[in-house]
Formats: sequence, structure tokens, C-alpha cells
Amino acid sequence: MESLSNKRKVIESKPLNFWERAYLPAILHGLAITMKHFLFKKDVTVRYPEQKREFSENFRGMHSLKRDEEGRERCTACGLCALSCPAEAITMISAERQPGEENLYREEKYAAVYEINMLRCIFCGLCEEACPKEAIYLDGDIIPADYLRKDFIYGKDKLVEAPLNQ
Amino acid sequence: MGTADILIKFALIVIIFLISLLIAMYSTYAERKVAAFFQDRVGPNRAGPFGILQPLADGAKMFLKEEIIPTHANGFLFIVGPSLAIMTACIGSAVIPWGQKLTIGTHVIDLQVTDINVGVLYIFGVVSLGVYGVMIGGWASNNKYSLLGAIRAASQNISYEIAMGLSIISLLMTTGTLSLREIAEQQHGWHWNIIYQPLGFLIFIVCAFAETNRTPFDLPECETELVGGYHTEYSSMKLGFYLFAEYINMFVSSAVMATLYFGGYNFPFMHSLGLSENWVTILGVIVLFAKIFFFIFFFMWVRWTIPRFRYDQLMDLGWKTLIPLAIANIVLTGLWMTFIK
Ligand code: SF4
Ligand code: SF4
Repeated sequence: MESLSNKRKVIESKPLNFWERAYLPAILHGLAITMKHFLFKKDVTVRYPEQKREFSENFRGMHSLKRDEEGRERCTACGLCALSCPAEAITMISAERQPGEENLYREEKYAAVYEINMLRCIFCGLCEEACPKEAIYLDGDIIPADYLRKDFIYGKDKLVEAPLNQ
Repeated sequence: MGTADILIKFALIVIIFLISLLIAMYSTYAERKVAAFFQDRVGPNRAGPFGILQPLADGAKMFLKEEIIPTHANGFLFIVGPSLAIMTACIGSAVIPWGQKLTIGTHVIDLQVTDINVGVLYIFGVVSLGVYGVMIGGWASNNKYSLLGAIRAASQNISYEIAMGLSIISLLMTTGTLSLREIAEQQHGWHWNIIYQPLGFLIFIVCAFAETNRTPFDLPECETELVGGYHTEYSSMKLGFYLFAEYINMFVSSAVMATLYFGGYNFPFMHSLGLSENWVTILGVIVLFAKIFFFIFFFMWVRWTIPRFRYDQLMDLGWKTLIPLAIANIVLTGLWMTFIK
């Protein structure tokens, strides 16, 4: 068969010579190598919770539900994000805006309950793309660890951006 | 022997026991830290500053784990195995001379639990008993991996004990005594046995690695082919006992190596410093422990450097290399003693 490249390496297996069979020189050499690592090499560990690596610009982390310039929630509970979500992580219950709540919700319909199950979410960002109101962005941090499954279902208390001037 | 002497001996036993346990505990921590540094990592650093509470956390974890005795295991022997392993590991330290004599008031305290005149043989006996813990545990588990691990441990220990014994014989030819106290005293100052017996020491240390089941000879618990080896079926504190026994064994064999070949508690110029006897003794104890710690570190250093031997290579090395070498060493020592000395 014709070879794909002209690279060729002839492998010869000679019997070991005395020093190779005696193990010890090789062992001492190995010990010297590991000792070099022990003494001189700096560790490469990032001590995570205290120290963080920089994320790239378009890192997709925890979701946040945005407010507009006047501090009103942008989400109108259209459900497009839930529809586009491949992991079916989003659920919501919509409600009608009552008179006098115009300073809280931008549209006439809003999400009374908005939950994302962070254990299902695959951080694909499709919800962000689907949203017609620019209400959801995955611009947060890594989701922290927790002990119970129910604590991974994030409601509006965790998702909605902090109100303006606060 | 008065009551005071008995009390002192008793206190000494308790102290040595506690020290062995403490060192074994912190060896587990040291092992992880040392391994981490060799591999450019950090190692445990969450429990306490620099992770120094890690052994306690590990111990608590071990105690809280579920205790499982497999249905088809032999219940009695299953428990005897780890108990025997840890017991034989602990009693080895009884004959090691930790230092010279301390004089407090009228009492002269001998820093050695007992100076029997066959100390070397005693150590040997205890070490060979240790393999029963592994064997019984592996056999009682009624699991083929455990059994294979146990068989490996047994054959490995038996093969390497011969070479070890032969290497010690040449040491005994030069020292002329079996008592560890006398051997330590003969190496006064810098007259350490390593100078007269370098080959013997080399054989001894290789065999010590095999006897304590440490890498490169850790075939009894070889994870890649035997799951966990002889302790596959063990859980909770019984597993803890096996792991602990390994570290205590390491401590004791380090102490034996330091005593037999590296002068024990002796250090150069010990009597020309102008210190009082008690201070020399205390310094000696510190020096001995420094040597022991160095050897424990060496055990770990080798573990994170050399890969495991294949089983046939292990037997090859033991029977075809170490035993002939040890015999040659005896002959050389004999020639040296008759013609040169
Ligand atoms: S990021 Fe993807 S998986 Fe997560 S909620 Fe949005 S659409 Fe669903
Ligand atoms: S976040 Fe956007 S897509 Fe989802 S319900 Fe609200 S407005 Fe619709």
C-alpha cells in the first residue's frame, strides 16, 4: 500500500544494556525530574471560588430578566423563550397588568411567575435569541452549587434585575 | 522494677502509640500534598489553614460511611483481617530505640519500650505477620479480585523477605549483635552503617518498599487490574484500618531504616557541642525523627515517580537480582572482614 506521507521512522529494538537493566540510573533520573517539579514548578491551579478565570465576552452564564430605562420589567410573558428552549427549562404564568402598576411592568401582560430550572438548562442562549422584547440575557455568572434539586429552580426573585437607583 | 518505672514504661508505650497514629494520620495528608506538589497542583487546602484538618475530616468521613459485610464473606475473618493488619503495624515500634537515656532526678528513662536482644528478628517476625492481615482479609471477602490481591501480597512478601533477611545478615556480620539498641550505639557520631553497607542498604530499601506494598510494588492493590485488590470489599473504618496500617508500616520501616543504616538518634559531633546529656538525648530524638520523615518523604517521592512493576518483573527482580546480590554482599562483607579489617 502506498503511504500517505513520506514520513518514516525506523524502530529498532535493541536489547537493554547493563545500565538500562540495572534500573537505578533511570530511577534516579526520574526522581530528579519529579524533584524539579516539587521544588521549582509553580502550580497551575485556579483556586476557584476565591480566584476566577476571565470569561470570554460572549460567555453564557446565569439568566437575568431585564428592566427598561424606567425600571419596568420588559418581559411580556409571550412564552417564546419557553417555546424555543430545547431543554424545556422555562415555565411561566402570565398575569394582566392592573391600573396603577404601569411603573412596574412595561406591557399590559407580564409574567407573574417565571421559573428556569437550572439543572435542565444547557445555556444554549436560544431564549435570549427568541425574546422579542430584549427581556432575557444570559449575562450572569456560573450557577453556584447547591444541595437540593428544588433550589436549582430559579424564580423571579433571583432572575429579575435589581430595580433602578437602588 | 518499681511502680514508677512501670508507670514510665506505660507512659512511653502510650506516647509512642499516639505518635505512630498521629504520624500515620498526617502521612495521609502529606501524601496528598506531596503528590500535588510533584504534579504542579495545590492539594487539599479547604479544611483549616493549608488543609491541615483534612485527616480529621477524612477520619470523620470514614466513620460515617456505611459498614458493609458481604453476605458471602466469612463474617469473623472479615473483621479479623483489618484488625490484624493494624495490630501488627502498631507493635513493630516497640523495639526501636528512640533516643539515649534521659535522666530526670533519680530516674533514668530509657527511650525504648523494650530492648530485647533479638530486636532485629522481632521486627522481622512482626513484619511477616503483617501479611496475614492482608491475606485473611482478602480470602474472607470471597471475591476473586480480593483473593488475587491477597495471593499477590503473600507471594511478594515471602519473596522479598528472603532478600531482606540476607541483606540484614551482612549488616549483622559487621555489627555482631541483634539488639537494635546496640546497633544504634555502635553508629556513634558519624559511623553510620550506610558507609559500610551501601549495597545492603540498597537491597533493604527496595525490599522495604515491597514489604509495605508501596509503589512500585503495590501490586496487591493494583487498581487497574484488581479493582481495589485485597480491600475491594471493605468499607468504612475497616477500610480505614487497612489504609492506616500501610502508613504505620511506612513509619515503622522508616524508623528501622534510620536505626539500622543511618545511625538512629546519632548525629555527627554529638558530644563535642558541650551540651548536657539530656539535651543531647532530646536533640537525638529530633534527629531520628528528621531521618524518619525524610524516609517517609522518600517513600512518597518514589511513589509519584515510578510506575508499577508488572507481576513477573517483580518476581524476576526479587529472585533473580536481589537475592543473588544479597548473597554476593554477604560474601564481600565476609572477605572484607577477614582480610581488610
Ligand atoms: S439557555 Fe437554552 S436551555 Fe437555557 S433556558 Fe435558555 S433556551 Fe432554555
Ligand atoms: S422573556 Fe422574552 S420571550 Fe420570554 S416570555 Fe418574556 S418577553 Fe417573551
